[in-house]
Amino acid sequence: MENTKTMEPILAVRDLKVSFTTPDGDVNAVKGISLDVRPGETLAVVGESGSGKSQTMMGIMGLLASNGRVTGSARYRGQEMVGLPPKALNEIRGAKITMIFQEPMTSLDPLYPIGKQIAEVIVHHRGGSQREARPRVLELLKLVGIPDPERRIDSYPHEMSGGQRQRVMIAMALANEPDILIADEPTTALDVTIQAQILKLLRDLQKRFDMAIVLITHDLGIVRHFAERVVVMRRGEVVEQGATAEIFENPKADYTRMLIEAEPHGRKVAPADNAPIILEGRNVVVDYKIDGGFLKKRANTFRAVDNVSISLHEGQTIGIVGESGSGKSTLGRALLRLIASKGAYRFGKTDISELDRAGMRPLRRSMQVVFQDPYGSLSPRQTVGEIITEGLYVHEPQLSRAERDKRAIEALKEVGLDPSARNRYPHEFSGGQRQRIAIARAMILKPQAVILDEPTSALDRSVQGQVIELLRDLQSRHGLSYVFISHDLSVVRAMSDYVVVMKDGRIVEEGPTDAIFNAPKADYTRTLIGAAYNIGP
Amino acid sequence: MTDALLSAVPEVKGRSLFQLAVMRFRRNRPAMAGAVMLVLIACLSFFGPFFISHSYDQVFSSYVTIPPSLEPRPGEDTLEEAMKGVATRARVELQSFSVEGETFTAVITAKDPIDPRATRYFDRANEFDKTEVAATEDEGRKLTLKGVVDREYFLFGTDTNGRDLMARVMLGGQISIAVGLLASLVSLGIGVTYGAISGYMGGRVDNVMMRFVEILYSLPFVFLVVVLVVFFGRSFILIFLVIGAVEWLDMARIVRGQTLSLKRREFIGAAEALGLTDWQIIRRHVIPNTIGPVVIFVTVIVPKVILLESFLSFLGLGVQAPLTSWGSLIAEGANNIQSAPWLLIFPAIFFVVTLFSLNFVGDGLRDAFDPKDR
Amino acid sequence: MLAFVLRRLASAVPTLFIVVTISFFLMRFAPGGPFNLERPLPPATMENLMRAYQLDQPLWRQYLTYMSNALTGDFGPSYIYKDNSVAELIGKGLPYSMELGFYALLLALVGGVIVGTIAALRQNSALDFAVMSVATVGVTVPNFVVGPVLTLIFAITLAWLPAGGWGDGSLRFLILPMIALALPQLAVFARLTRGSMIEALRTDHIRTARAYGLPAKSVVVVHAMRGAMLPIVSYLAPCAAALLTGSAVVETIFTIPGVGRYFVLGAINRDYTLVMGTVVLIAIFVIVFNLLVDILYGLLDPRVRHD
Repeated sequence: MENTKTMEPILAVRDLKVSFTTPDGDVNAVKGISLDVRPGETLAVVGESGSGKSQTMMGIMGLLASNGRVTGSARYRGQEMVGLPPKALNEIRGAKITMIFQEPMTSLDPLYPIGKQIAEVIVHHRGGSQREARPRVLELLKLVGIPDPERRIDSYPHEMSGGQRQRVMIAMALANEPDILIADEPTTALDVTIQAQILKLLRDLQKRFDMAIVLITHDLGIVRHFAERVVVMRRGEVVEQGATAEIFENPKADYTRMLIEAEPHGRKVAPADNAPIILEGRNVVVDYKIDGGFLKKRANTFRAVDNVSISLHEGQTIGIVGESGSGKSTLGRALLRLIASKGAYRFGKTDISELDRAGMRPLRRSMQVVFQDPYGSLSPRQTVGEIITEGLYVHEPQLSRAERDKRAIEALKEVGLDPSARNRYPHEFSGGQRQRIAIARAMILKPQAVILDEPTSALDRSVQGQVIELLRDLQSRHGLSYVFISHDLSVVRAMSDYVVVMKDGRIVEEGPTDAIFNAPKADYTRTLIGAAYNIGP
Repeated sequence: MTDALLSAVPEVKGRSLFQLAVMRFRRNRPAMAGAVMLVLIACLSFFGPFFISHSYDQVFSSYVTIPPSLEPRPGEDTLEEAMKGVATRARVELQSFSVEGETFTAVITAKDPIDPRATRYFDRANEFDKTEVAATEDEGRKLTLKGVVDREYFLFGTDTNGRDLMARVMLGGQISIAVGLLASLVSLGIGVTYGAISGYMGGRVDNVMMRFVEILYSLPFVFLVVVLVVFFGRSFILIFLVIGAVEWLDMARIVRGQTLSLKRREFIGAAEALGLTDWQIIRRHVIPNTIGPVVIFVTVIVPKVILLESFLSFLGLGVQAPLTSWGSLIAEGANNIQSAPWLLIFPAIFFVVTLFSLNFVGDGLRDAFDPKDR
Repeated sequence: MLAFVLRRLASAVPTLFIVVTISFFLMRFAPGGPFNLERPLPPATMENLMRAYQLDQPLWRQYLTYMSNALTGDFGPSYIYKDNSVAELIGKGLPYSMELGFYALLLALVGGVIVGTIAALRQNSALDFAVMSVATVGVTVPNFVVGPVLTLIFAITLAWLPAGGWGDGSLRFLILPMIALALPQLAVFARLTRGSMIEALRTDHIRTARAYGLPAKSVVVVHAMRGAMLPIVSYLAPCAAALLTGSAVVETIFTIPGVGRYFVLGAINRDYTLVMGTVVLIAIFVIVFNLLVDILYGLLDPRVRHD
């Protein structure tokens, strides 16, 4: 590794700036950064959203949106890439430097078979015909681990899973044996088990082709296990760069230290065994109808939750873990009786199995929910004050305007927001602030049980930590009980005292948090834990 | 993007998305120009008639199909001709004729004493008014008449019936704009209700309701309008009701789509979890969030409706004379395009500028409400 | 695919049935009839006419008769063109309307897509603004203005082209009506193309194509264009149905012997059968073109394969 450090860089970036012209004035996304990419190394560019890490690479590759502008210098093997005419640039991109993107779902053209798209890249850079390129395409597909490549070569992107599409993108990236592969958040949209496979594949291929990988990511766990050198970016500037081990063990910049420490830690202590049950669902079954269409008698059903039982005790936090499609969110909604489901439900001592919407209404104030998407869970047309007092409007209609306002101020203070926020609109707040607003909306009613449906998944790591702290704080202050739904094992581990692992609508394994993490019994749990990259070495 | 920013936030009122949209709209120059144009045209159509002396149904038989001019009618040279004509009709002889400013002096003679009531002949002509006998000579055989020259301005010219085209264009504007707005309101009412119900209910109800819309799409609707107007008469109310009743399909589809996607948004889920009733959710969340696209779509529907009304007018099925609309005026103008092109040009300018402006305003609204689109 | 087409055709039957039923009753419940002329006919004559055309029968029987006849392609006699059946009238006029409509459709589609693509590629430039302004004028100027203006310029002032009529059906006769018919649709296609092209050029997979060094031409033509065509294809169905079944306005202005005039004439004269015949004709066109467009859509977009 020491060897690579002294080698000539194949990509040398100096004082690179990227700015965007917008109707509200110029935005400087990248403010003059310098970095080197050396042959065969893995360089991680780390930063939270808005750090300019992606825009740096887009700028070098000439892929900025039409209102973007790049200045400075980026030399590939001595050739200046900034300001290079498209024709000359096209000799480099796709052949010498290639890219894979975050969204495997949309990065491929939905209208052409994948084989044709890979062949197009080969034909363009190496000449020949589509047919001549076909054996090479098959070879590449085999290389990236697409099963049955002879058949899949004619598949369309929509016929493949997210992980497979990312493999196809990698095949395309390798087609011309590039010197540098830029991977822009390549696994962020994928489940953890798939993420592990893709990263392993990238590492294997890197050795085989001896190419440099520039890994753009927000995930320090991946960086630690995958990269040799790290560049930490924040607000368009490089905060710190150096060898991975060095950065993690001895971070110099405060920001880097903060990022590393943002990894959720701490443990939740389980409540006493005899704590009464606050919310319970027995033998929960949820079936979804798959569009039967008009005049079609028989609609297909899809069983999202299959005979799951769960009991939430007072003061407890149950973590529900699973990958996409495991039915964990559906289970949460079923417990709140928000969707049609079968099973026996109980809230405290009340049987709520047979209650209709009107019957449930008085109980709603005691069982609340916080959703994942801080952008979608707040109505864009209401002020924050209107949003958080909406529950009072239903459950305490007798309150005067002044009283409601007072409660709003209290609730905002409780979640650590300035009370002046209540006159503003959601779009004026960052993701973390919005999630606090969503929490305030739930907390203003003083509920007993709260379902937290991936409340931290859309947030940056540092903000995630703050939200987790807030949730814990609220729990201990008000004696709340949580059902914490997440795909992120480290967060679940820090938040919950009991863990339920779900897969395909069923419970795979459940038990106290430490038991699950230290001695997982089910194979799937083991895979899941093995696939998660922790920041710790 | 950290929460630290917040402590610095002073006690201010935030800007709503709507206010932001208004700001973006104001910065959009073509859209603002369109909006100003629309206001000007609407003002001209609705308030203009108070400032011109001619009414839309006033016939000037002396000025049939005269071209537009900035000069007053009649001109100096034609006045004498006109006076001669009147004199002939009154069976008197014109000895002298002069015009000073707004008044004229005419000396008429005849073999027999002239009945002073002959002044009526002069008043009857469009050109002269308030004719009085100023002096009588020769035992009534020679009269000096004084009166006011009635000069008329026809900036847009007159139509084939001698009506002031400017007054007609203003009236046409009133009718076209009114039909456009009212018919759009009708289609808005039907479309929003239908679409919101269909989208919110979902499932089988939605299936059946949308199937019905599909069937209606294959009905030749423009022709249905024709049939209805032919059969039920050509009243103004019927015309906008009928047009509105056939233009709601797109609106229903759009609102349904909006409602469906809103239903999947998490804030609707949060509202349900808070215990809001269906009606409260529709009122507090669904309707406010569909307003943007609906407003944009109205700017699409209004021109469509105005065009459809003009099509009816072309077929002779528009509002009944002496009422008129831009469409009727244009149709009339198109028939006289060679002999009197101004009959086409003026209403067409107003019509096209209005629709053009509506288009720009619509595009501007779309950009303003949907800023990712730039 | 065949199963899909058959299924769609089968579902078109009830649609057509409902369309005909709605039109039938809508018309019969309206006041007035084909023989309510300004000068009333003698009662005896009236009665004879009513009997001859079976208008004295109860409404439900008239409806059943009409439906069963319509199934055999007999749409009844025209009340106004007394010597012709509705089927004959439409049969005579349709080829003219379709030929003219076909050329107009071609012009509108090709012209609109080219213009819209140019505008999208030069987004926010002066060219874009100019082209789209012209297109907007195209949408806003009704064709009963375009028609006479074209006639005045090219037929009367310049005397390059005939002012109207079908003549020998040569191109000279078709150019002016074709332009008048195509212009508004061309403008719609241009606006649609520009919008969807701009959207398509912003998609992730276009970024991928650029990131892999594919030349601009192939990015635009191979990747962006095909995606951008989808909304245009959707609009093709109502547009083609409207153009091919003739335009009352254009056919009147240019004295084309097509079917477009019949509906208006029929409606004005309360010629029930003629109106019904035209309704059925247009409904069939709409349904058929919707089907064709769905098939085309499936060919263009693998995500909506019909099987």
